[in-house]
Amino acid sequence: MPLIRLSDPNAPLSSEITPQAVYLDRRRFLATGAAGVAGLLLPEAHAATLKALPSAYSLKEKPNSLDEITHYNNFYEFGSSKTDPAKYAGQLVVDPWTLKIGGHVAKPLTLDYDQLFRIAPLEERIYRLRCVEGWSMVIPWIGVPLASLLKQVQPSSKGRFVQFVTLERPSQMPGQRTDLLPWPYREGLRIDEAMNPLTLLAVGLYGETLPKQNGAPIRLVVPWKYGFKSIKSIVAINLVEQQPTTTWQQLAPNEYGFFANVNPEVDHPRWSQANERRVGEFSRRKTLMFNGYGEQVAGMYSKLDLRRWF
Amino acid sequence: MAARPLPFWAKPLLFALCALPLLHAAWRVYQGEAADPADYLTRESGWWALTLLLATLTITPLVKLGHWPQLMRLRRMLGLYAFAYASVHLAIYLLLSGGDLAIIGDDIMKSPYIVVGFSAWLLLLPLAITSTDGWMRRLKRRWSQLHRLIYPASMLAVIHFWWLTKSDMRQPLLFALLLGVLLVWRVWRRRVPGARSA
Repeated sequence: MPLIRLSDPNAPLSSEITPQAVYLDRRRFLATGAAGVAGLLLPEAHAATLKALPSAYSLKEKPNSLDEITHYNNFYEFGSSKTDPAKYAGQLVVDPWTLKIGGHVAKPLTLDYDQLFRIAPLEERIYRLRCVEGWSMVIPWIGVPLASLLKQVQPSSKGRFVQFVTLERPSQMPGQRTDLLPWPYREGLRIDEAMNPLTLLAVGLYGETLPKQNGAPIRLVVPWKYGFKSIKSIVAINLVEQQPTTTWQQLAPNEYGFFANVNPEVDHPRWSQANERRVGEFSRRKTLMFNGYGEQVAGMYSKLDLRRWF
Repeated sequence: MAARPLPFWAKPLLFALCALPLLHAAWRVYQGEAADPADYLTRESGWWALTLLLATLTITPLVKLGHWPQLMRLRRMLGLYAFAYASVHLAIYLLLSGGDLAIIGDDIMKSPYIVVGFSAWLLLLPLAITSTDGWMRRLKRRWSQLHRLIYPASMLAVIHFWWLTKSDMRQPLLFALLLGVLLVWRVWRRRVPGARSA
C-alpha cells in the first residue's frame, strides 16, 4: 500500500489517521475513558495526535513503517543496542518538560511541555535519515523549522553557533548509568546551518507526538547530516560564540567531525560511506551527497574542504 | 582416572542446542519481531559463529584439565557449527551487497573489518572440508598442523568484531579476553616443562 501524500490533495495526512495502536486498543481506551480515570491509569500511555501541514520539503519516497522507526534506532541514553531504546525508554517522563533557550540572544526563552507544540504551525516533513553506521530510513517527522524558534529569541552577532544538550536523568535513562558516552549528550550547528529551512525541531512522527525512544518530547532533525547530529530529548539550546564541543567528536575526533555531513566520498576511517542499506530492504543503495539535500545546503559549504572538515 | 564415557544422547543434544539460535532467529524474523531482519540476522549469525569458535577452543582445555578425553568427540560438531554460522553470516553479507562487485570492491578497499572477517572465514573453509575421518587419516600428522589455522581464524574473527563496533567495546573486549585465556593456556602448556602432564 503506497503512502501517497503530496501528489494527492484528498489523501489523508498521516496525522489524520488514527494510530493503529489506539485503534486496536479502542475498547480499553473507551472503557477507561468512560470511567474517567484514563489519565490516572495510563499516564502518557497513548501518544497524542498532532495536526500538521504538508511541506514542499517532504520527499515523495515511501516512509519506513512506524515499527521500523520505533524499534531500530540508536539512543545511547537507553543502551547501545538498536533494540534498547524501544525496551527501556518507556520509563522516561517527558511531561513536565523544560526547554531553555539562552546564550547570546536578546530574548531568552523557557518553554514548558505544552509550549513545545506551539512554537510555530506544525509541518509534516518526510525526510531521509542516514546513520553514520551505514543504514538509512525515510521518516515522516512533524515539527517546526529551528529558525522559527531562533527568530523568537533573536540571536546577537556573537551567537555564531548553536549548542544543544540532551536531558541528563540517569534514574530514567539506564544508559547514563554507564560510561558509554560522556553525559549529557551535546550537539552543535553553525548558525547558518541552524537557520537553514530544512533544519527541523521535531515534536512528532507519523501524525503523533514523538515516541520516547525517538527523542520525545522534542529533538533536532538535520537531514543532510549523519543521524548522530540530530540530538534527542533536548533540554537546552544555547547560542554561543565558539564552535561547541559535540559528543561523538569528543569521543573519537578522528572518526566523527563537527560537521558530519553525509558524504559518500569521505569514508569513516573504519568503513566505507559510499553506500547504505535502507532499513527493511535487503540490497544496498548508493549514498547521496548531503543525503540528497545538496540543492538546499551545498552553498553553505562552498568554501569548506569537506575532506578535512568531515 | 577411568575415562567417563559420553552418554549416548550427548551428540544429538549438542546438535540440537547448536541449531537452536538459528531456528530462534528465523522464528523471530518470521513473527515480525525484528524491526530490521537483515541487521538482526547478521548480528545473530556473527555472534554465534564467534561464540561457537571459542567453544570449540574450550574443548581441549576441558579434556586436559578435566581428564575427560571423551569430550573430544564433541569438538568437530562445535567447529562445524561455528563454520556454518560464519557461512550464514557471509551469505547474508553477499545477499545484502546484491552481488554488486562495485560495492564489494569498495568494502575491500575501505572497510578493513570486512576483509578481516572474510579472511577468518577463508581460514575456516579448509578446516571444514578436512573435518571428516577420511581426511584425518589421509593427512595424518599434517591434519593437526592444518587445523591450527583455527587460532589465526579466531583472532581475525575477534578483530573483525572489534573494528566494526562503533563505541560500546564491552562485548568485543570480553571475546578478546576469553580468546586470550584460551591461547595463553596453550602457549603455557608448550613452554612450561611438566605442564602437559598437569
